[in-house]
Amino acid sequence: MFSTGFTFSTSFTWNDLLFLLQGAWVTLLLTFWSMLLGTFMGVSCGLLRALLPRATIPLGWFLDIFRSVPLLIQFVLFNSLKSIVGLDWSAFTVGCVVLGVYVAAFCTEIVRSGVLSVPQNLRLASRSLGMTYWQDLRYVVMPLATRVAFPGWLNLSLSAMKDTALVMWIGIIELLRASQAIVTRIQEPLLVLCIAGLIYYLISLVVSRLGAQVEKRWQQND
Amino acid sequence: MIEIEKVHKSFKDLEVIKGVDLTVQKGEVVSIVGGSGSGKSTLLMCINGLENIQSGSIRVDGTEVHAKGTDINKLRQKIGIVFQQWNAFPHLNVLENVMLAPRKVLGKSRAEAEELAVKQLTHVGLADKLKVFPGKLSGGQQQRMAIARALAMSPDYMLFDEATSALDPQLVGEVLDTMRLLAEDGMTMILVTHEIPFARDVSDRVAFFREGLVHEIGPPDQVIDNPQKPETAAFLKSVV
Repeated sequence: MFSTGFTFSTSFTWNDLLFLLQGAWVTLLLTFWSMLLGTFMGVSCGLLRALLPRATIPLGWFLDIFRSVPLLIQFVLFNSLKSIVGLDWSAFTVGCVVLGVYVAAFCTEIVRSGVLSVPQNLRLASRSLGMTYWQDLRYVVMPLATRVAFPGWLNLSLSAMKDTALVMWIGIIELLRASQAIVTRIQEPLLVLCIAGLIYYLISLVVSRLGAQVEKRWQQND
Repeated sequence: MIEIEKVHKSFKDLEVIKGVDLTVQKGEVVSIVGGSGSGKSTLLMCINGLENIQSGSIRVDGTEVHAKGTDINKLRQKIGIVFQQWNAFPHLNVLENVMLAPRKVLGKSRAEAEELAVKQLTHVGLADKLKVFPGKLSGGQQQRMAIARALAMSPDYMLFDEATSALDPQLVGEVLDTMRLLAEDGMTMILVTHEIPFARDVSDRVAFFREGLVHEIGPPDQVIDNPQKPETAAFLKSVV
């Protein structure tokens, strides 16, 4: 009843790995563009929400929609809407925009809480020195809010990276979709998913290490 | 000259200042004493426009603080204020804390601002802490830094809002010494303070605030040593 030995053989080829890496590149591009778009919108909306809380309540409701509806539904709905309206956008663009807006909705809350974490007393101090509202915002509030918001933002970028996997439903071949294609062909799901998982892990590792470096530099001053 | 006339100030339904009149001449040091909630700190915040007022008027060198056309940022440049909570900017080191406003508000070059900041920080005894971040300083050091930061704007007036109240007892002396030097240099100052002996030493006049009004005002040897009103005497008895 003892196995006489273990031999490892696989049909997974170098070409398959290359295919996975191409998928990983698409994942990275999607993450990059959606984070860029989402952060830009999120910082703008977050500042507005923090500084003009009353006037921007409707904006808060609007962004709540994107935070609450599952991302997959948003992808599919927007993709259909695109066809109905007749927008000539590539699936990649649709992916970036939908994910970007989703990121923006979360980023808004991260930025808002960062800005609100700056003690009112510090703002009085800078205004008392003759700084204008905008100078106070630029030189006191923003730097301090950034320190508070950064870990949350980093988390968001990691989760956005993983959420890019959902774009395969609108026909983009990214890392997860690429791995599934290979699984279908060679029928070795365990191995292929482990490799894909490892690639996700390595990307995350690099991002979180870079983030930790930044945080460490700030903490030296506290 | 700071002229305060019939100022009323409320927070929602709570009226904290109920018609205060007070004039502070150039070069004068006026201390404001009184129980908590008597409106003394609020009055300081009103003088440089950090709080609005419901009625009355506050003029600084003839400029109406709360008038619509007043350039409040310009006006604040000549009114320094030091708070109870020293409010150091935690992301900037001591030197940068003091340089920030001269650079951004007065438009001074980095070199000019640094020279100015070093001079003020030396004055308050922090010349060896220039590159240190506020989190590494004691409360007394942070408060002296806050004084240097206000002085770097070359203000004509300095307001102190219970500048020593949040400090450990052994750190109070160093901050009071800094304030005393400033008074001796001829700075026009309004001090809200609970340090009665200090107020007696440095002040030209002492004002006792009670229930949002100036209850008694005069030279320290009258208000502190020989109060004319029973409430003043009772307050002094309670704090000593």
